[in-house]
Amino acid sequence: MKALCWHGRNDVRVDTVPDPTILNPRDAIVKITSTAICGSDLHLYDGFMPTMQNGDILGHEFMGEVVEVGPEVHNLQIGDRVVVPFPIACGQCFFCKRELWSLCDNSNPNAAMAEELFGHSTSGIFGYSHLTGGYAGGQAEYARVPFADVGPMKVPDGLADEQVLFLTDIFPTGWMAAENANIQPGDTVAVWGCGPVGQFAIKSAYLLGAERVIAIDRFPERLRMAAEQGGAETLNYELVDDVIEAIKDMTGGMGPDSCIEAVGMEAHGSGADGVYDKVMQTLQMESDRPVALRYAIQSCRKGGTVSIAGVFGGFIDKLPMGAAFNKGLTFKMGQTHVHRYLRPLLDLIEQGKIDPSFVITHLMPLDEAALGYKIFRDKEDECIKVVLKPDWEAPAATA
Amino acid sequence: MADNSDDRPDKPKASKGSHIVVERSMTINRPLSEVYSFWRDFENLPRFMNHLQSVTTTGDGRSHWVLKTPLPIPLEWDAELTQEKENELIAWRSLPDSTIENRGSVRFRELPYDRGTEVKVTFAYDPPGGIIGEKFAQLANGVTAATIEEDIRHLKQILEAGEIPTNDGQPRGGQ
Repeated sequence: MKALCWHGRNDVRVDTVPDPTILNPRDAIVKITSTAICGSDLHLYDGFMPTMQNGDILGHEFMGEVVEVGPEVHNLQIGDRVVVPFPIACGQCFFCKRELWSLCDNSNPNAAMAEELFGHSTSGIFGYSHLTGGYAGGQAEYARVPFADVGPMKVPDGLADEQVLFLTDIFPTGWMAAENANIQPGDTVAVWGCGPVGQFAIKSAYLLGAERVIAIDRFPERLRMAAEQGGAETLNYELVDDVIEAIKDMTGGMGPDSCIEAVGMEAHGSGADGVYDKVMQTLQMESDRPVALRYAIQSCRKGGTVSIAGVFGGFIDKLPMGAAFNKGLTFKMGQTHVHRYLRPLLDLIEQGKIDPSFVITHLMPLDEAALGYKIFRDKEDECIKVVLKPDWEAPAATA
Repeated sequence: MADNSDDRPDKPKASKGSHIVVERSMTINRPLSEVYSFWRDFENLPRFMNHLQSVTTTGDGRSHWVLKTPLPIPLEWDAELTQEKENELIAWRSLPDSTIENRGSVRFRELPYDRGTEVKVTFAYDPPGGIIGEKFAQLANGVTAATIEEDIRHLKQILEAGEIPTNDGQPRGGQ
């Protein structure tokens, strides 16, 4: 089959590789119809995630048709059309039983490696380094799905791939970010980063009752989408002298009740601390650049909540703990417990309350995945979200 | 957790550097009696202990253990139960004059509020005289403290998830 493989920093290629096979009784094989490039895939592309190996197949946002099931998978039939959550979860451990699916105890074959770094292991994740299990990902024609009796959800035929694909990650991730923000009636929510997760966080914040959402980014096309699609007020942090003051001005001096960080370890900053982080990260003295997180903490109102959806993988420097502590902030964060949100968010899509396809700017054949990575990373052509089609029938119309 | 393990008769003595001694606690989200019964049937051990070829129970608390090894000569020994308290403790040791001395114990504790069972496993090998741990690892197909710790994790995975997660055998790109 064809699969997008990682060969090193800035080097991903579509290779011909063997087809996946059933390896465990609870596995299924899915023939992929749509797969997306996630902002977190760029951390791999840019070489910021450790434990990548030459030849790893990437991709954790994918859906398709079940073509084979293992002997212990009884809820799926060959031919079922499914979306596949990006975390791999057994459904039986302490964490799965408490709906903390991305913290599953039993799905990471390299748990010992994760314990070294994090103290405990997280769940396995498709196509996301050996730290999270070294599982082959879904930017491919086929994928093996472990614990297929627990993860994949059947989707109705009446909905297009483009409408349900993002249930695999970014829609639940934006939703959980908003849920973690503890939104109360009348609240103002600031969303740092208007990539795809930020866009879903904006819509989710309104759906969860926010009065106002302030979207912060530096790319005009992303701010435009936040305003036009999400209905957010926007702030371009590169166009103001002091972003903290600008946010205070917009909120009558209070600061936002909740701040959602949807950027993660490769944040950019315009100030001196942005330069500091860039230097430290380049010198490998700091693994993650927490610029947006710092601003979120600094601007959040007293007693407010900081919700972190952007991915962090290692260590950060100069976190304003004094501000966090003295303002009595609450922090919530983590990899998304996707399984928990599949059904309720599918309901919202079916009810017409949201059509997730609005984030797609680029629909491409899987063969052109390497180009997709480049234009997404470099924000060329106003790229916000790339969806890849293994079975490309040119030229398909955008949803 | 309170534990008086230091004066346990079954505690392996980690005096020589050649010993492989593993002590590991694990919480298994299954009922106490199920976890206990699974371990009490020593023939289940090779299902999660990758370095064991087989364990055969021969009645009266005795068992015959065979290691996986790349050698033509099998590495095997007989063991006997030294302690057994239902749903609390199992301990065993190899019979005197075995080629490889193996000892171990498992303590079981039921956790409140359906939190499953805590197991505390001690597992020790004393390789044959004069053989150091590294050499033993070669003889015994790479057995080290780390691989035995991983085996104990496999116990949890089998009892909870019914299988051991793997990426072994999946496709990857040209190198």
